[in-house]
Amino acid sequence: MNDADVREAVTRAHHEEWARVVAALTRRFGDLDIAEEAAAEAFATAVERWPADGVPPNPGAWLTTTANRKAIDRIRRENKRDDKHREAQMVYDDDPPEPVGAIDDDRLRLIFTCCHPALAMQTRVALTLRMVGGLTVPEIARAFLVQGTTMEQRITRAKAKIKAARIPYRMPSADDLPARVSGVLAVLFLIFNEGYLASGPDTYPVRHDLTTEAIRLTRLIRALLPQDGEVAGLLALMLLIEARHPARLSASGELVPLAEQDRGAWDAELIAEGHRLVRERLAAAAAGVAPGRYQILAAINAVHTSARDIRDTDWSQVLALYDQLVRLDPSPIIALNRAIAVAELDGPEVALAIVDRLAEALAGYHAYHATRADLLRRLGQSQQSRAAYDRAIELAGNTGETAYLTRRRDQLQ
Amino acid sequence: MRYLVSVIDDKSDPGSTDRQPAISAFNERLIAEGYWVFAGGLADTDAATVVDNRGEQAVFSDGPFAESKEYLAGVWVWEAPDLDVALTLAAEASKVCDRKIEVRPFQ
Repeated sequence: MNDADVREAVTRAHHEEWARVVAALTRRFGDLDIAEEAAAEAFATAVERWPADGVPPNPGAWLTTTANRKAIDRIRRENKRDDKHREAQMVYDDDPPEPVGAIDDDRLRLIFTCCHPALAMQTRVALTLRMVGGLTVPEIARAFLVQGTTMEQRITRAKAKIKAARIPYRMPSADDLPARVSGVLAVLFLIFNEGYLASGPDTYPVRHDLTTEAIRLTRLIRALLPQDGEVAGLLALMLLIEARHPARLSASGELVPLAEQDRGAWDAELIAEGHRLVRERLAAAAAGVAPGRYQILAAINAVHTSARDIRDTDWSQVLALYDQLVRLDPSPIIALNRAIAVAELDGPEVALAIVDRLAEALAGYHAYHATRADLLRRLGQSQQSRAAYDRAIELAGNTGETAYLTRRRDQLQ
Repeated sequence: MRYLVSVIDDKSDPGSTDRQPAISAFNERLIAEGYWVFAGGLADTDAATVVDNRGEQAVFSDGPFAESKEYLAGVWVWEAPDLDVALTLAAEASKVCDRKIEVRPFQ
C-alpha cells in the first residue's frame, strides 16, 4: 500500500468514523474535551502508524480502541494532578437511561448536547461541526466568515461552559424535545451545506459523507417527530439538493450550475421522496398550517426538480415562494437568491439593481460576487464582470466552484 | 451541582410587586423536591455599601459596586443534577417572580 492509499484510508476513516469515536468517548468519559482530544490523537496515530503497519481491517474499531487508550492515559495523568477535576469529569457516567427510548444513537445524543439552548446559536453550530462533523477549526471559521482564532475561542469557551454548568449528555426529555429540535435543524442544514459545498483549498468540492450524515440524522429526527413540518421540510430540502449530486460535478472536478446540469443524471428516487414530503407539507399549508423556511425552500427546490429542462422552470412560482420566504426571513442571502429568480423573469438589469443594494451586507460572501459577475456578464459589462469574478474566486472556499468561476472569467471577451 | 440563581429586576421596567405568595409556594416546592439550598430577597441597591480594603485603609462607599438599569433583586442557591433541570426550574422561577433569572454554576 503506498502513501497515497494510506492517506486516502485515513481521510475516509476520518469522514466515516470521527463522530462515532467522539460520541462513544463522550458517552464513556462524560467530557467533550477529552473525547475530542483523544479522537484527534487517535487519528494522528493512524497517520503515523498505518503507513508502516498497514490499514487495520476495521479502522473504526481500531480508532475507537486507540482513542479510548489515549483518553485513559490523559485521565490517569490528570488524576495524579487533581483528583477533584477527575471527579467532575466522571460523574456523567451515572446518567440515568434516556427518557426517549425510540432512538439510541450516540451521535444524535452528541448533537443535542452540542445544540443545547444554553449555548449561543453560532456556538451550537460550531461545536456540532467540530464534534459531529469532524471539521477542523479553520474549516468552520471559513463557513462562518470569521477568523480562525475567533472560532477557536468560541469552541473552547463552549466546551468550558458545558463542563462548568454541567450541560448533560443525553437525549432531551419528551417535553423539551420539540423546542430543542429547531436549533438542531439549523445545525444539520449547515452541516449539509458544508458537505454540499465543502470548503478548503485541498478539500474535494463535495463531501458526500457530510450530506449523507446530515440526511441520516434528519431522517432519525423525522422518525421521532413525524408531525413536525420543519423537520419534514428540511429533509425534503436536503433530498432534493442531494438528488442533483450526480450532475453537480464535472469530470474535471468543476461544479456544474443548475442551468447546465444533465437532468437525466439526477436521482429520481430521492426526487420522488422529496416531492412526496413537499406535497405532504403543501396539504398541511392548505389546511392552514403556515410553512416555515425549510418547507418553503423545499418547495422552491421541488419547482426546480420538476422541470425536465431549465427552460421549463416555473420562475414565477420560484419568485412567489421567495417572496414568501423574504417575509419570514429578511436576510440578505435570501434576497440574493431571490434576485436570481428576478433575473430570469425581469432580466439581469433589474436583478443587478437588487443585488447591488446588498453590497454592504454581503461584501465578504463569494456568492454575492459570483451572482454579480454573472449578471454583469449577461449585460455585456465584461470589465466589471471580470472584477467581480476575481473577487468571487478570491473568496470562494470550494475547489469546484473556484474552477467553475475561473473558467467563466477566462471566457469573458 | 450547585447553581446561583439570580433574580434580575429592571429599574426602568420593574416586575410586578404582588409575587410574594407565588414565590413562597414555589419555595415550598423547591424544598419538597430537594432543590432548595438557600433563598433571599435583597433590599434596594441604595442600601448597599462597597468596602475596599486593598489599600492602606478601608474605604467605604455608599451604593452598589456598579450602577446599572438592571440589578440583582434576590438570589437562590439550588442543588440540581444538571443544567437542564436548573433551566427548567429557572423558567418557572422567571414566571413566578415576573423577572429575568440568571443561572450560574458554582465552581
